[in-house]
Amino acid sequence: MSLKEAVSLIKDGDQITLGGFTTNRNPMALCREIIRQRKKDIYLAVHSHGQGMELMIGAGCVSRIELAYGGVARFAPTGFRFRKAVCSGEVQVEDYSNFQMILRFMAGAMGLPFIATTSGLETDIVKKMGFPEEIRGKGRVPRHKLKVMRNPWNEEEGDVVLLPPLNPDVALIHAQYVGQDGTVRIQGLTFADLEEAKASKLVIITCEEIVPTEYIRRDPDQNSLPHFLVDAVVRAPYGAHPTACHHFYDYDSKHLRICAEMCKQDDDFQRYLNEWVYPFETQEEYLAKVGIEELLKIKANPAIGYAQGLDRR
Amino acid sequence: MGSYTSREIMAISAGRLVKDGDILFAGTGVSLLAATVAKRIHAPGSVVFFETGGIDPSLEELPLSVADPRVMVGTSINSGLAESLSLLAHPKLHTIGFVGAAQIDKFGNVNSTCLGDYTRPKTRFPGAGGACDAFSFAYGMVIFMSHEKRRFVEKLDYLSSPGWLTGWDARKKAGFKRGGPMAVVTNMGVMKFDELTKEMYLAEYYPGIEPEKIAQNTGFPIDLSRALPFAPPTDEELRTLREEVDPQRLILGAPAE
Repeated sequence: MSLKEAVSLIKDGDQITLGGFTTNRNPMALCREIIRQRKKDIYLAVHSHGQGMELMIGAGCVSRIELAYGGVARFAPTGFRFRKAVCSGEVQVEDYSNFQMILRFMAGAMGLPFIATTSGLETDIVKKMGFPEEIRGKGRVPRHKLKVMRNPWNEEEGDVVLLPPLNPDVALIHAQYVGQDGTVRIQGLTFADLEEAKASKLVIITCEEIVPTEYIRRDPDQNSLPHFLVDAVVRAPYGAHPTACHHFYDYDSKHLRICAEMCKQDDDFQRYLNEWVYPFETQEEYLAKVGIEELLKIKANPAIGYAQGLDRR
Repeated sequence: MGSYTSREIMAISAGRLVKDGDILFAGTGVSLLAATVAKRIHAPGSVVFFETGGIDPSLEELPLSVADPRVMVGTSINSGLAESLSLLAHPKLHTIGFVGAAQIDKFGNVNSTCLGDYTRPKTRFPGAGGACDAFSFAYGMVIFMSHEKRRFVEKLDYLSSPGWLTGWDARKKAGFKRGGPMAVVTNMGVMKFDELTKEMYLAEYYPGIEPEKIAQNTGFPIDLSRALPFAPPTDEELRTLREEVDPQRLILGAPAE
C-alpha cells in the first residue's frame, strides 16, 4: 500500500495513537502524509510524544489530546507548537502519567472496563479535568477522566485510581521489519507500541523493509505483533526520520534542532511545512530533500544500533 | 580544584547520594549525568534503567534522552514502558528516581505541567511523564531544581507528582506503600526533608554560597540550622564527568571560564 492510500483510511475526528517515544521511532512518514491530506480534528491519545505530535499540532490537524508528556527531548523540552496550542485553547488537553497511559492501552487491549493503580493519588492529575463537562461520554471521550475509590480489598491501604480503557480508532507505528504476511518485528525498545496496536481498531504500520514470510517466521522469538492485527503496511525507508530507528539510523540532531527553532514562531513553522512536508508526494522525494550526506551521517552501525561518534550537538 | 559549572556540581552532588547497589531510574539531562558519574566512581554495582524500557545499558555514549538508541545497547534486556515502570514499585529493589521539575513546594511535591489555570494556562510544560509514577512507586526520589524563588513556592500551580503531600504521614494515608523525596539538588546546595514533619531543610551549601542566600531564593521559610558546607568536587569527579561521561558536553553545556 502507498502512504497516500494508508492515510486515506484515517477519518477526520478519529482518535489516533502514535508508536515510538519523543525522538525515537515516531511514525513520521505517516504524520507528514496526514498533514498533506489536511486531516482535521484528530484526537491524539499518547504517552510521551514529541516530533510527530508537534508537527501535526502545528499544522492544525489536532483538536484534542490525552497525554502524559509533550516534548522533543533536548531540542524542545516542551514542544513549542504543543505549548502554544494548549495555551491558546486551540487544543483541549487532559493529562495522565506514562504508567497510567500504558495501563489504559493494556485495559483496552484486554477488554477490561477499567484498570486500577495507585500512581498519581492526591495529584492534580486525579483532581483536575481538562475536557469540558459537555463533551464527557461523547465519541471517544471517557465519561469520567478517572475515578478514585477506597481500596475494596483492604480499606486501610488507602485509595486507588480507576482508569478508563483506551481503544483508539487508529494506531500508527513505524517498525524495522514487516513480513509479507503482515507479521511485525520491532527492534530495540518497544515503548507502548504493542499495547497500542492490540488496543486499536485499525493498525497502520510503516517499515524499513518488507521481508519474505519464511524469513520473518524463521525466528519468531524476535517478532512483536501477529499478522492478523495489522490492517495496512507501507514500506517507508527512513520512515521515522528525523527521529531514530534502532539498527537503521540515529536521530538527526541537526534537523531536530532546526525544526525546533522553526516551531517557535507561526510563520517560521509555515516555512518548515512548505519546505519539509507539503512539496513531497512520496517518502523517496522527502529523502532526496534530506540528502544522501545527512542520511549517511545518521546511518546506524549495524553491530551497535546507533551512529557511533555522531556529532549530536 | 579549579572552577566548575552549576551543572557539573549538581551532577556530582546528586551522584554522591547514590549507594552501590541502588537501582537508578534516570530522567534526561543532569539526572543522567549524576547516575552515570556515580556508577563510574563509587557505585559500580548500581544499575541505571529508563522508563522507556532500557534496563542497565552500557552507556558507552551518553544518551540525550530516555528514548535515545544509546539506552538500548549493552542492556540486560530491552523492554517497554509497562515492564520498566512496573519495576519501580518492586519491594525488593532499592529504586531511586532522578528527575527535574519546574516548581517544588516545601513537602517536595512538584509541578511539571503548567503555570496558571490548567485548562487555559499561562505557560505549559511537558507534563508528568513517568515522573509521577516514579514519585508514586520508587523507594526514593532526588529532584533537580534551579534555585529560584519562583520555583520554590508556597503553593504549586499544578501538583504533577506526589512528594510528601501535606507532610507527616500523609503519603501512607493516601495509599502509597513507600517512597517520597529524599533530596533536592540545586545550583546552590542540597535540601533534605525532616524525618517527622517531612518539611524541606537545607542540608548542604556549595562553596561560595551562603545559607542566607539560599533562604532568600526560596519562596517559603526554610530551616538553615542543620546546614553543613558541601565538600567541593574532587579532581576525579570532575575528570570523570568531563572526559568519560559527557566529552561532547551535550548536557553539561559550556565549560566554566
